[in-house]
Amino acid sequence: MVKINFKTQDNQIITTEESKGSLMELARDNNVKGIDGDCGGVCSCATCHVYISPEDVDKFPVASEIEKDMLEFEDNTTEFSRLACQLEISESIDGITLTVAN
Amino acid sequence: MDKSRIDDPFEQARKDRGYEHIPDQDDPVVMMLRHKDVRKCAHQWKVFQSGAMPGRIVVPSEVKIRDTRQIPFEVDPPEHTEYRGLVEEWFRRPLQADYEGQLKMIIDEMIDGVLSTKSVEIVEQFSLPLQSRALTLLLNIPHEESEVWIAWGTHVFRSDDSNLDASKATILYDYIDAQIDKYILSPGEDLYSILLNSDFQGRKLTKEEVKGVMILTFAGGRDTIINYVTNTITYLADHPEALSRMKDDPDVVNTAVEELVRYFSPLTHMGRVATEDTEVCEHAIAKDSRISLGWASANRDASVFENPNEIMIDRKINPHVAFGFGIHKCLGATHARQLMKVLLKSLSEKVVSIEVNSKKENIEDWGAIQRKVGYDSINATFNKL
Repeated sequence: MVKINFKTQDNQIITTEESKGSLMELARDNNVKGIDGDCGGVCSCATCHVYISPEDVDKFPVASEIEKDMLEFEDNTTEFSRLACQLEISESIDGITLTVAN
Repeated sequence: MDKSRIDDPFEQARKDRGYEHIPDQDDPVVMMLRHKDVRKCAHQWKVFQSGAMPGRIVVPSEVKIRDTRQIPFEVDPPEHTEYRGLVEEWFRRPLQADYEGQLKMIIDEMIDGVLSTKSVEIVEQFSLPLQSRALTLLLNIPHEESEVWIAWGTHVFRSDDSNLDASKATILYDYIDAQIDKYILSPGEDLYSILLNSDFQGRKLTKEEVKGVMILTFAGGRDTIINYVTNTITYLADHPEALSRMKDDPDVVNTAVEELVRYFSPLTHMGRVATEDTEVCEHAIAKDSRISLGWASANRDASVFENPNEIMIDRKINPHVAFGFGIHKCLGATHARQLMKVLLKSLSEKVVSIEVNSKKENIEDWGAIQRKVGYDSINATFNKL
């Protein structure tokens, strides 16, 4: 099992454990506030916007053009922004903390 | 050729110049066709506003038949933000297990009904009752009320003679006025009562504001859902293998819901009014003229979607704009998605194949452009699994 922490905008920390699937599904299944995942993970709604800590950025593959285009129109986008539906759970991200953008 | 096929009439213009002129009464529209431009213009709500004269951002324009402002749809920030905040949570109720369960009961009963008859007319006898019964859940009112809406027929605003039938619009507006008065006298746990009791800028919402939200709820989710459901039935008639695929792998239902709405794009476009002289696709847009956001065209943009004219129910990356984009994205999308998810699941569990016996296509007329958006009628036979 891989441990992932989500930090919400009201400073709650939700600790989750899962071995597969996307980080959006993980957050949604754990009722993480600010992660809606309306489109089910097809990169159409941007309701799963998270920030990755600078030291963890390299643990994920770079964002696709489609994901970047989606984030371009989002409020609060930074260089550390990602859509959680495009991020897969793997051993290499065990223990990281993601900050929910909205 | 597949009966369920919907051609993309915008392809050439989208490649060549990126926009299309759409005539409409005395207020023409420049429709944006490229995915990038559509999203960009939707994002620029200050330049391309929704808060123009009520009815003006709708194409065909409803300014001559409607004075009530639809809320939050025809409002710009900051008021839009506050209005939307009032209703957002209510419109997410479809995610609750109890709501989904009730939706499943409605849909299962309808599918059992069509399986027990030799053939059924899909638009008036299946899609319209399904949409209407599901809407009672969104409003949280007794299921029997749907009989009134079903009796109105498929088009609240439209008739065969004219796209803008004021007498039909009046039926809806008078009905909503009467309902608001009814719920003022006996409030409950329904959407009318919740709205009447909502605070906006330190006061309660007015009757006119409540009416604005209710008109949007009724009008926005009627033809769109009916077309979504009807097109889905014809697609499944052409592709019975999709039914068995979804039965064997229920995860495919989620991607199928998104892919079908991308391909069908039940709402072809939505207008905006320019607040300043500007330019899109090297085309000058004058202040106070109209553009529209071509959702259907953007959803077939080959620079974004691989094989855009094919339905791939397991399409993984699907940044479609069928529910709009930006601050005004469809408020009813959660309800529509849940309805489609339950419908697809239930069909895949109960139905092995569907035969279309006869059909009459519904073709929208946008001047130089004709677009199939659904059907006026379809007769079909459902075969039990």
